[in-house]
Order: sequence, then C-alpha cells, then structure tokens
Amino acid sequence: MEWETVIGLEIHAQLATKSKIFSAAATAYGAEPNTQACAIDLGMPGVLPVLNREAVRMAAMLGLAIGAQIARRSVFARKNYFYPDLPKGYQISQYELPVVEKGELIIDLEDGSSKVIGITRAHLEEDAGKSLHEDFHGQSGIDLNRAGTPLLEIVSEPDLRSAKEAVAYMKKLHQMVVYLGICDGNMQEGSFRCDANVSVRPKNQSQFGTRAEIKNLNSFRFVERAIEFEIERQIDLIESGGKVVQETRLYDPDKGETRPMRSKEEANDYRYFPDPDLLPLIVDEAFIETVRASLPELPDVKKQRFMTQYGLSSYDAGVLTASRPLSDYYEAVVAALGGEPKLCANWVMGDFSAFLNKDGKDIADSPVNAAQLAGLLRRIQDRTISGKIAKDVFEALWVGEGDTDAIIEKRGLRQITDTSAIEKVIDEVIAASPEQLAQYRAGKDKLFGFFVGQVMKLSKGKANPQQVNELLIEKLKG
Amino acid sequence: MNPSAPAAMHEQTIAQLSAGLAAGQFSSAELTRAFLERIEHSNPQLNAFITITAESALAQAQAADTRRRQGQAGPLTGIPIAHKDIFCTHGVRTSCGSRMLDRFIAPYDATVVERLNTAGAVMLGKTNMDEFAMGSSNETSFYGPVRNPWDLNAVPGGSSGGSAAAVAARLAPGATGTDTGGSIRQPAALCGITGIKPTYGRVSRWGMIAYASSLDQGGPMARTAEDCALLLATMAGFDPRDSTCVDRPVPDYVAGLNQPLAGLKIGLPKEYFGEGLDSAVAQVVEAAMAEYRTLGAETVEISLPNSQLAIPAYYVVAPAECSSNLARFDGVRYGHRCENPKDLLDLYTRSRAEGFGSEVQRRILVGAFALSAGYYDAYYLKAQQIRRLISNDFHRAFEQVDVIAGPTSPTVAFNLGEKVDDPITMYLSDIYTIAVNLAGLPGLSLPAGFVGQRPVGLQLIGNYFAEERLLNVAHRYQQATNWHQRTPAAFA
Repeated sequence: MEWETVIGLEIHAQLATKSKIFSAAATAYGAEPNTQACAIDLGMPGVLPVLNREAVRMAAMLGLAIGAQIARRSVFARKNYFYPDLPKGYQISQYELPVVEKGELIIDLEDGSSKVIGITRAHLEEDAGKSLHEDFHGQSGIDLNRAGTPLLEIVSEPDLRSAKEAVAYMKKLHQMVVYLGICDGNMQEGSFRCDANVSVRPKNQSQFGTRAEIKNLNSFRFVERAIEFEIERQIDLIESGGKVVQETRLYDPDKGETRPMRSKEEANDYRYFPDPDLLPLIVDEAFIETVRASLPELPDVKKQRFMTQYGLSSYDAGVLTASRPLSDYYEAVVAALGGEPKLCANWVMGDFSAFLNKDGKDIADSPVNAAQLAGLLRRIQDRTISGKIAKDVFEALWVGEGDTDAIIEKRGLRQITDTSAIEKVIDEVIAASPEQLAQYRAGKDKLFGFFVGQVMKLSKGKANPQQVNELLIEKLKG
Repeated sequence: MNPSAPAAMHEQTIAQLSAGLAAGQFSSAELTRAFLERIEHSNPQLNAFITITAESALAQAQAADTRRRQGQAGPLTGIPIAHKDIFCTHGVRTSCGSRMLDRFIAPYDATVVERLNTAGAVMLGKTNMDEFAMGSSNETSFYGPVRNPWDLNAVPGGSSGGSAAAVAARLAPGATGTDTGGSIRQPAALCGITGIKPTYGRVSRWGMIAYASSLDQGGPMARTAEDCALLLATMAGFDPRDSTCVDRPVPDYVAGLNQPLAGLKIGLPKEYFGEGLDSAVAQVVEAAMAEYRTLGAETVEISLPNSQLAIPAYYVVAPAECSSNLARFDGVRYGHRCENPKDLLDLYTRSRAEGFGSEVQRRILVGAFALSAGYYDAYYLKAQQIRRLISNDFHRAFEQVDVIAGPTSPTVAFNLGEKVDDPITMYLSDIYTIAVNLAGLPGLSLPAGFVGQRPVGLQLIGNYFAEERLLNVAHRYQQATNWHQRTPAAFA
C-alpha cells in the first residue's frame, strides 16, 4: 500500500528578552546554577507574576511576520503538574486564547516549488528549570536559572508531508525568528527546539491516522532522522497488523530510534484554568502598529529585492539573505564599491564565507569588514590586481597584514599592464622554448596555453592575463 | 473609670495613641513595651500570636521615636500593630498557620508590611490564623485554636482570628488581616471590633500568601472605623508587583469620615434576613438600622436574588484556585519535607500529607476535582458564571442604594469544637460575607451590639472603591453609639 505521512510541528522558541517573562531576573545562558532565579522564579510563598512587555512585543512581531492575527485579548492559564524543576507546581501558559493565531509560512521544496504551511497559533509561556542527575549521588540537583524564561510555542497545522518538508519548515521558521531578532536560534542551548506530531495514513484517505508525539528534538538532523524512523516504525507496525497508539515518544540520537515516554492513558490532566494572578492580555491597535513599523525587511521580500535590484540568481539571493548579518554585509560591500553586485556576491559567498566557516567566526567578529572587502574588490575592478592574486590579498587582509593597497605594495603584487614589460617577459619565454615554438608554428595550437603559463609564471602571476593573450598571439606569429 | 484621667494606653484607639505620641505623652518605646507586656501576659490564654517579635518591635519603636524627634513622624509612626501570619515578613517566620511553613523564614516583606514599616508602624508579632486562611473559626491552625476574648470557650472567627482576638483583647491597637470569603469581617464581628475588606485590587497582594487569588484581599482590623481609615490609607495603593492591583489614587479616608448621613440610602437585602439568621442577631441589626434612621439615613428593602448561590460558587472557585496555589508546597525548595523520602512521589505525598491539615487537604482535593478534565465546565466555569450573576445583583442594587447593610454572620461566636466536624455548617458562617468577595466589592464589619456576652457585627457593603463611604457610614454610627468601646472584662 502507498502511505502518506502527516506531520505537525510544535516549536519552542526562547525569546531573546533580557529578563524573564514574569520576573526581573536575567535570562542569560550558562550562569552558575540558581544564580539567575529570584523569589518569583523560585515560587516562594506570596510572590506574583508580572508580564514582561517585551515578550509580548516579540510574539506580536512573529505574528505580523507570518501574517497572523494578533489577539486583542488573550489569556494566561495555569497548567498544573508536579515536577521538581517546576517551582510553582504549574506552568503559566496560554491555553484557550493565545496571542497569535492563524498565520502561514512558505517553504521551498527540493523540486524548486514552494508550499504554504499553516501556523495554527503561537502562544507565550514560561520555561521550567532543569533537573541535573549527574554529580549528585543518588539525588537530583535542581537549577532554576531557566525557570521563567519566555518561550513562544509555535504550532503548525498538520500540513507537512515528509521529514524533509518538516526540516524545511523548521529551518524557515528558525531563519524568521532570528531575522526578527526575537530568538538567538541557538539550538544547542535549547533556544529553538521542536516536538513533532507524526502519523501515517493510506494515500488518498482524508482521515488522519493516530499520531505519536516525538519530544524535544533540538537539531535539524535529529528532526529529520526521528521523523524518518517514526514513519517507518508506524508503517511497519500497521502493515504487520498492529495499531499505532497515541503516545509521547523520545528520540534517542545514539540509537537513531524513538521509544515511548508515556501513553495517553498515563497522560497528566493539567487542570488548566485562567491564572487569577494575571489579567487578560489586552493589545491595542497602537501597539500593533508600533510593532509593525519596527519589523525588519523579511527574508522572502529581501530575496526578491536582491534578485531584482542586484540581478542575482534565485540561488545567490537565497544564500545571501539567509541571515540578516550576511545580507547586511553584502549590501554594505556593494554600497562601498558602488556597483558590481555579482562580483560582490561571488566574494561574499565565496572566500569571505569560507574564511568565516574555517575560523568558526560570526560576521560581527569578521576581521575583514565590508569596506575593506570593497577596497580589495576595487583593485580587481581597476585591474591593479587579478582575481587570482586578490585571493592572496584577501588572506593577508584576514590575518591582519594591513589594508589592501599596503599589502599589494609590500608584496609587489601590482598587476603588470605595461606592454613593453610584458613583451619583455614574452620574449624571454619564447627564447627559452625554441622547441615548443617550432611545434606551435607547425600547427600545434594547444601549446598556446603552455606559453601563457610560462609568462604568468615568470611574471609571478602579475601580468595582465588579457594583455598577455593579445601580445602572445602576435609574438608567436613571428 | 475616672473620665478626667487619661485612659490607659492599651484602652486608646490608634487615633488617640497617635495624638498621644505627637503630644509627647508617651514614647513609642513605652507604648510598645506596654503592649508587649500585655501580649506576654495574655497570649498564653488566647493564643492570638504565633510569633512575638519583641526585640525587633523595640528597635522599631526606638527608630520611630528618633524619627519623631527629627520631626518626620506620620500618623502611624510608633504605633504598634500585629500582622496576620499570612503576610511575608523579612527575616521573621511566616507560617500561614501551617506545619508546612512552621520553619519558613520569609526572605522579603509583603507590600502591606513594607508600607506599614515605611510609615513607622511597629510590628509586635505575627497573629494566629486558620491554616492557609481556610477556616471560619481559627480551629484549623497548626498552632492551635485562638480563643475569643469575650468568652474563652468561644471561637474568635476566622481566618483572621488571631488579629481579631488581639485587637479585641487590647493586645494590639490594630492588626492586618486578609479576607477571601469573610476572613476579616466575620472574626471582626465575632470579636466585637471593626474590620474592612477593601475592593479587590485596592491593596497589593504581593507577599500575601495566596489562598484564592481572585478573592484574597488584605485589609485592616482595629477598634474603630477611624483607625481602619488610618491603617487603610497606608496599606492601599498601586503596586507594580501585583498585576491585579489597581492604579488609582487613594482618597484621604480620615478626611471623609465625618460626612453627614442625611439622605444616605441603605439597602437591606431580604435574602440576608431570612432563614438561618439567628433572631437575636436580627434584632441587633434592626436596632442598628433604627439608629441609622435617626442619623438621617433611609433604609429600603432590596433583593440580591442569587445570594443562595454564593456559597456553592465560592466552594468551587476558592478550592480550585487553592489547589493550584498550594502546589508549590512540595517539599522540594522550602517548607516541610518528610523524613527519608524513598522516591519523588513519596517526597510529594508524605511532605504534603504531613505538612497540610485536614481542611486544607479537603479543599485541595475538592479544587483539583473541580478543575479536572470533564468536570471543569460543570463546576469551575459554572461557578464563574454565578460570580457574574452575583456581581450583577450588586450592580443593580447600587443603582438604588448607596450602601447595603445586614448581619456580618448569622450567629454570634460559637463554641470551640462546636462546628469543627461539620464543614457545611461551618461554611454557612460566611453566608453573608462570601458574595462580597465573589463580586470583588468592599465590605466592612462593625460592632452593633451583643447577644448575651457575645458581640454582633453589622456588615456594610459598598460599591467598587467606596471604602471612603463605608468608613464614613461606620464612623458616624460609632460617633453615636459605644458598642465599639466595650472591652472584654477579662482584658480591660
């Protein structure tokens, strides 16, 4: 039988606020355990939550960016369950009335087409702390630094049909939240993580199959592998006469498999009810308009603009707009150079990105800024150096040997464009290669390349290649 | 008493003591010492205090005296008061009447405490209360029952029973209380003092250990409406730490006390004078209404048709919220933890079973049930709808009348142990007070007479933020009567 996969993702994006969603404690990652937890985060008796306005602003930003409705009135509820890293015995989360509803995201598929993925809702909630089971013999440690960190849970419609689509969607959303500056996107630190609801059904059946939820996938690769595994597991199960049960599963990256965590029967009854400590969240038009005005140019729009404004291919525009810092850098180089967008694109996507990668650096920490790169490209443009020599200059720039012109001077890399100087080199080469000359003149045209090579070699790559070509043709004629 | 001799310090109201301090008749240190001595002497009988903070009280008193010498004293500077043990007090045990928090030292001050400290008030100690404010007789306290100063066999009411008994027995001239379903007004009535539950949102709940967050409200308890006005003026006001606290200016409650009552329309809900009301209590309330008429007020019968729904709605909403509010007491971070837990579940269940008393456990279970899947709509949602009906009743009533009056409680103080095994009868003790919390309105109880040796409280209910009017209506009555001046013979 042919099977169809149905996937919906719930993505938790940690919002990049300075303080927590209901307290003034800092949200910075990696502090000593329990040093970033105030009385509110600890759930001390008598404490009360006060909503962080910035978290609301960030949620609204995402809502507007995905064309969603921003609820004028939304409600925080308590999700009640006991766990040692949940200090109050409940998590404050939005339940029936979320702040963002009905948005969509367009993903690009491998065959070059695109697909609209519905986003059911995005709601604000607080994160829990962490239980630490190592280092405490027979006991568990609790670190509440993360407790109260603002999260935006973004729930997709069950519109995804393969693991690849799920990854494409997750990457697109990742790009979006990072673009908006509302999430640092750091998946290793858990700032962007995903639960996947996966089910299969016979192709052409409209009814959904029973789904399993795979929890806490914190890399694109794990999402893909976990879903692939789960699809296969479910199909095998059904085809061998079994039934998928609705349950929560965990992905084990070491074994590459999912396994049950708890079934629906054992699921908690969270006893949701509106949190009486927090009034309904009312958002007015003025607030929404302020947020709208603050939105940056979104990735898809920017990509289109790069294609029309700079004449770039869809691929190049896509790469250059993948992140805001990269696109900003590119545009700064073009602006500084005053044109040649394709040359700039090749360099930003090529050597520049390669060096960043090699050194594991962010653009912000790049030793070569946009003006410096433009300075180098200008010397290609005005034929002071060739593109090949420019690669060496770039490396020198990268390691801090000074500015482009100084490096060119110091290393004597200036391109030779003086005809008589080039002719002199050509004469030398011809004089040293009588055999090749004879063969060439006898009709072995292929040897032209040999002469070019020799000239370039003798000139240490500095002779202008175009001039070398023209002059050689003449000289070789004899 | 010789009318020309000044009354003993403990016999004076806060207003009088404030004047005495201002006139230099005595220092705050002397005043504080006098009350500490009375507490030391009488508390073993009454059990009104869980914690007595003599040392810090004297230090605060001395600081108040210094402040006065520097010309920076306000009306409450140097006035000793007691705090209900539900308010967090920095560095001082804050038990909430529970074994769960028997050894809990609060790491911060509640806003109410902070405001009174800033005003220069002196904290004598922390008063006894029903465990987590759940009770109407103060018998659910881990620290044992409080006794009613008017009759040591009687309960003082609850849950602010310790505060009420302390003020009635003149162990403190004023105290803080909290009121979720009547916990300020009912003990005030049963102990013959004055207490006001302000409009929900008038007083910050920051640092006030939550029982039912949408109903809880702190307020003052003292002998007179004037003293309540003095205390409330300091306690009330916006606090950015409490999202439900209302940002609205606090009127000068004292300045408004003497407005005449001519033309005042008092509504008497017929539902508050029906079955279940003790006839002797009814007579006291009727006499009080007669007094109001001589003061120029008009009394009219009104109806609050959904009154009978208040108790059932309350006993869904309050337990539901408490089941969640009390989840943080899990033995993990603070509070009672059982010995040698064998696993996590054992840690939770034994810590909570040992730390909470039976009434608290009952309400947690009821509340968890009311919120559980499949029952939420039938209980919690229905109760919230009833709240709206009850609020609408009051809204309509206040289109006709300025204040509503009636008995605070259907009976005078009952005997210790009398209702402790019968929760439903106990719950009926708050039948006239609960609707006020469900609607979020201000309510005040003031002494209006006696049945035998036991005081009767008159309840006044006002419209939203009408505390000033309520205090005024109570004050004018107290200018014309002397019920509030009666002192229990054993504590004169």
